[in-house]
Amino acid sequence: MAFIELEGVEKTFTVRRKRGRFTRTKDEVRAVEGLTFGVERGEMVGYIGPNGAGKSTTVKMLTGILTPSAGRLRVAGVDPQKERVRLAQRIGVVFGQRTTLWWDLPLRDSFTLVRRIYRIPQDRFEENLGRCVDQLELGPLLDTPVRQLSLGQRMRGDITAALLHDPEVLYLDEPTIGLDILSKATVRRFLAEVNARGTTVLLTTHDLQDIEQLCRRVMVIDHGRVVYDGGLEGLQGSDGAERTLVVDLAGPSPAIDVDGARVVRREGDGERQWLAFPAGRSAAPLVAAVAERYPLVDLSVREPDIEDVIARLYRGVPAQAT
Amino acid sequence: MRLHAARLYRTVAAGTFRRYSTYRAATIAGVFTNTVFGFIMAYTYLALWNVRPHLGGYTASDALTYVFIGQSLFAVVAVFGGGATDDMIGRIRSGDISVDLYRPVDLQTWWLATDLGRAAFQFLARGIPPTVVGALAFHLSLPSDPLVWLAFLLSAFLGLLVSFSVRYLVALSGFWLIDTSGTQAAAGILGMFFSGQLLPLNIFPGALKQIAMLLPWAGMQQLPIDVLLRTTASLGGLGGVLALQVTWAAVLLALGRLVTATAVRKVVFQGG
Ligand SMILES: Nc1ncnc2c1ncn2[C@@H]1O[C@H](COP(=O)(O)OP(=O)(O)O)[C@@H](O)[C@H]1O
Ligand SMILES: [Mg+2]
Repeated sequence: MAFIELEGVEKTFTVRRKRGRFTRTKDEVRAVEGLTFGVERGEMVGYIGPNGAGKSTTVKMLTGILTPSAGRLRVAGVDPQKERVRLAQRIGVVFGQRTTLWWDLPLRDSFTLVRRIYRIPQDRFEENLGRCVDQLELGPLLDTPVRQLSLGQRMRGDITAALLHDPEVLYLDEPTIGLDILSKATVRRFLAEVNARGTTVLLTTHDLQDIEQLCRRVMVIDHGRVVYDGGLEGLQGSDGAERTLVVDLAGPSPAIDVDGARVVRREGDGERQWLAFPAGRSAAPLVAAVAERYPLVDLSVREPDIEDVIARLYRGVPAQAT
Repeated sequence: MRLHAARLYRTVAAGTFRRYSTYRAATIAGVFTNTVFGFIMAYTYLALWNVRPHLGGYTASDALTYVFIGQSLFAVVAVFGGGATDDMIGRIRSGDISVDLYRPVDLQTWWLATDLGRAAFQFLARGIPPTVVGALAFHLSLPSDPLVWLAFLLSAFLGLLVSFSVRYLVALSGFWLIDTSGTQAAAGILGMFFSGQLLPLNIFPGALKQIAMLLPWAGMQQLPIDVLLRTTASLGGLGGVLALQVTWAAVLLALGRLVTATAVRKVVFQGG
C-alpha cells in the first residue's frame, strides 16, 4: 500500500447564490472528481495545475480539514479526517497564502509555540530549528516581528514551522507564489534537502520551474482530474512544452529562418518575431544564430506556462468520450 | 497530557500578553480615554446623586467608585468586543480558521488562552490607571480589607470568562453569517446596557433590575463592583454572586463547545 492513497476521491461544494431579492439558488461546484493516485514514502511529487484546478482542495483533504464527498483517501493507512489530531503529529503543511506565524511577535516566538503544540523534545527542537535557520538563512530574522518580514522571509518561516516536529510528509500549497527569485532559489534548495533526508513531499504549484528543479514525478491536474502523471520529460519532450524567444530587429524583416525554432508570430512587418523552441534546449545557440544573420536589437525568453503545458497535453491525448 | 496542554496554552497566553504590549500607542490612547471618560461620567453621576441621594442604595462616593472601577474593567473584560475574539472573527472571515484546524489544538481553549493573555496585559496597563487617578481626584469607597479586593478580582475574572464566552459565540456565528457586524453590534448594545456600563443596574425599576441582575452580562461589571462595594446582600452575598457567575460561565462555555463542534463539522464537510 502506498503512503498516500486516493481512490476515486471527489469533492463537491454547494454554493448558495443570491438570485434576485428573495430567491437563492444552489449550485454545485465539483472541485475534484475521480482522483486516483498513490505516492510512495520518500517521493517528491509535483502537483501542478492552473488556478481553480483543485490543488488546494486536494491538500485540505489530505490534511483532514476537508472531507471527500466520495471515494477513499488514506495517509499512512489512516483516514485523515477521522484521525486529524493524531495524524497532525506526522504531517507538516504550508499554505502559501496563509500564515500560521504570530503576526506581531518575533519569528522566534512562533517556533516556541510550535514546539509546545507538537510537544517536541528540547534537544530535537534545537537541532531541527538550527538546521532550518541555517539552510533557510533565517538567523538574522529570528528577533524580527513577523509583520516586518518580506513575503519570502515569512514563507521561509512558515516552512520552518511546518518541519520542526519531523513530519513524515510535507504538503506545500503554492510555497513559491509571489516570491522573489532569490527566495525561490533558497526554498527550492531547502526542499530538495528535506526530501533527501527521507521526508515525502507533495508540492503544489503553478510554477513549472519549481517542478523542473525538484520533482522527478509530476501530476498535472485540471478541472479536478489528473490529466498527466509521470516524469517531467513526458511533459517537455517533442510534443511537450516550448519556450519562446521574442526578438526585436532593427527593421522590417521576413520570417526568421534558423534551425531548431519556428516563427509562431510576427508583428510590425517582422520587426518583432516570436520563435518557439523545445523547452529542454538552451536558448544560447539559437540567440547566436539569430544575431549572426539578423539585425538583433533586443530579446527576451518566455518560459512555458502551465496553461500552455495543459493545452499541449490535451492535444497529445485522444479526446475522451464524456 | 494535561501538563503538556497546560504548557501550550500558557505559551499562547504569554505570547498574546507580549503581543498586546507592543501596541504602545493604542494602550496610551486607551488609558487616556478611559480616564477622561471616567471624569465625565463622575460629574454626571454626581449631579444625579445630588438630586437623588442614595439612588440604588449607593452613596455618592459608591457611585464614583462604580464609575472608575467600571472604566478600569472596560478594556479588561471587553464587554463591547475588542478582545482577542475580534482576531478570531477576522480569521473566520478570511477562511484562515479552517486552515488552523490542521493543528492539534482545541479551538475554544486556544482562543480562551489568547483572550486571557490579552486581559492580563490590559489589567496591568489599562485596568489600574483609571482607578488610581479617580482615587486621587475624588473620595472613593475603596475597601481596606485585602480579602475584599481578592474577592473582587475573582469576581472580575469570572466576569471576563462570561464575557469571553459571549464574544466567542458571537465570533462563531461567522461560520454561518457572511457578515458578523450585525451580531457584534447587537451583542455590544446588550452588553453595554445589561452589564451596567451605562448606569448601575440597581437603579433600574423593580422587575427590570431583578431580571438584569440574573443575566450573564451583570457579571461583567455590576456584580464585581458590588462585590467590591459589599452591596451584594440582595444577591445572596458573595457566595450567591460567585455561584451565579460560575453557572453562567459554565453554561456559556459548554454552549460554545457544542457550537464549535457543529462549526468544525460544517467546515470539514462543506468547506466553510
Ligand atoms: N469552500 C469552497 N466552497 C465553494 N467552492 C470552493 C471552495 N473551495 C474551493 N472551491 C472551488 O473549487 C475549485 C477548486 O479550488 P481549489 O482547490 O482552491 O483550486 P486550486 O488550489 O487548484 O487553485 C474552484 O472552482 C473553487 O472555486
Ligand atoms: Mg490553491
